Amino acid sequence: MKLVIAIVKPFKLDDVREALTTLGVEGMTVSEVKGYGRQKGHTEIYRGAEYAVSFVPKVKIEVVVDDAIVGRTIETIHDAAKTGQIGDGKIFVLDVGQAMRIRTGEVDSQAL
Amino acid sequence: MANALKDALGDVGVAFRTDVSELKLLGETMPVLKFSHAFHLLFVFLFILVPSPALAEEAVLNGANTAWILTATALVLFMTLPGLCLFYAGLVRAENVLSVLMQGFSIACLMSILWVVCAYSIAFGDGGAANQWYGGFGKTLLSGMGLNAMSGDIPESLFMMFQMTFAIITPVLIIGAFVERIKFSAVLLFSGLWLLLVYAPVTHWIWGGGWLADLGVMDFAGGLVVHATAGITALVLAVMLGPRKGFPDDVRPPHNPGITMAGAAMLWVGWFGFNAGSALAADANAAMAMTATHIAAATASLTWMAIEWIKYGKPSLVGMVTGMVAGLATITPASGFVGPIGALAIGFSAGVVCSWALSFIKQVVKIDDSLDVFAVHGAGGMLGIMLTAVFAVPKLGGLGLAEGVTMLDQLWVQFAGVIAVVGWTLILSIVIALFVKAIVGLRVPDQDEADGLDVTTHGERGYSLGGR
Repeated sequence: MKLVIAIVKPFKLDDVREALTTLGVEGMTVSEVKGYGRQKGHTEIYRGAEYAVSFVPKVKIEVVVDDAIVGRTIETIHDAAKTGQIGDGKIFVLDVGQAMRIRTGEVDSQAL
Repeated sequence: MANALKDALGDVGVAFRTDVSELKLLGETMPVLKFSHAFHLLFVFLFILVPSPALAEEAVLNGANTAWILTATALVLFMTLPGLCLFYAGLVRAENVLSVLMQGFSIACLMSILWVVCAYSIAFGDGGAANQWYGGFGKTLLSGMGLNAMSGDIPESLFMMFQMTFAIITPVLIIGAFVERIKFSAVLLFSGLWLLLVYAPVTHWIWGGGWLADLGVMDFAGGLVVHATAGITALVLAVMLGPRKGFPDDVRPPHNPGITMAGAAMLWVGWFGFNAGSALAADANAAMAMTATHIAAATASLTWMAIEWIKYGKPSLVGMVTGMVAGLATITPASGFVGPIGALAIGFSAGVVCSWALSFIKQVVKIDDSLDVFAVHGAGGMLGIMLTAVFAVPKLGGLGLAEGVTMLDQLWVQFAGVIAVVGWTLILSIVIALFVKAIVGLRVPDQDEADGLDVTTHGERGYSLGGR
């Protein structure tokens, strides 16, 4: 099993969710995060004082999938989240040692 | 006659306690009234007053004026609770939002008590031989103020209440200087002493028949009494307290500009009570004061907006409402003396001068008067005091200066008022701050400041997002 972490632009969340559902990925965890890469922050000015805001709001999507569909998962997320502008985000893949569905006690692939 | 009156009133539902056998027009007995209907006939009754034994002549209560000043009192209290509190709260970090609200609320409560206990007396009493300087303690705990005591043609208790709302908002203004780092006990101790030693005497000098009133200083609703005193004290405390950690390069921006605008809107509306109410009458003077107030607010807001647009390319909400406050502070002393043209000019000047003052204090002098109390209220109030002399002249649309007084004469008088008030406020604020520093200390520990005062001083969290 693999944990696929995708950091995407917030307004792309729905597109990614729909695409993953079509693919057959049945669950995900989403968090609101901040970050930057090459897309630097911006400056806000309040009463003449400048505030450098380095971080840009993003959404982090985490899905755990079977090894067999990792490749398609990455591709799906990529196609749905891409805009071509700086700040589109990144995708990381980690190994998952074990998994369990809490309600039933099913483990590993049964849990996904 | 007394019995006929009693019968007539009885016909419309006004009942008397049976142990009051007759209506004593000149005595101490106050009938207990029970109104069942015909409330408008209350005015008839009110014209037959029992004068307070302290007054020589019979003062007649004016119902219209009383009704308006009752309303104005509520409006001015609304400016503090919650107007100014929200205005300031939105400008600080989220971890300090409650501390600002708490400081405002608690000062309002404390000043109310102190006003009734002795500050009203100091401000508006008769100081006898020392009446040039302060009003004495003759009205301590409002002694001698019976139910029907009058101040002009409104009840004295109402005048006292109306003035109380001014005494409340002025120390709350100062909060802006010391947010995010001051000790709560210091806030209470300082504000209480400041009311007694700075606000009340200055009020007496200008509105209570003191020496500045005799000199002819024109301050319609508090350019000196409220804004200049608050502004100077803010500067003193900002210096003595020291800046916020990270000032000037690393402070965090306003956490909720939306709430700041909500507070600002309440201030604008409430300011009609502040300025138009200072006419102490429901008359043309009040209406003109309201007009001038409104025009100045709108003009100053647009001016500040334009300045930001030109300077930074982006007109901001925080900037615009700051301009509004600057305009309102500046028109405050002039509101009852100038016309619409004066208001336009004063509003515009406020936008220009106060925005410059803000940059000057924060970026050149680098004093962390965190929410710019001096730039907006101090500079605005003093500017307004000087412009009052200019725009009060009929040629510029004003309502006229005193008999035989030229604009230049009045400018000198106004300037004298500024020097006197600034000087007194400066010295006393320093003394009080040193005293408070010695007794309870001024500043919270660095870690408390970093964690935020809400949790560390007040044990509360302003926002429980995420359910915890």
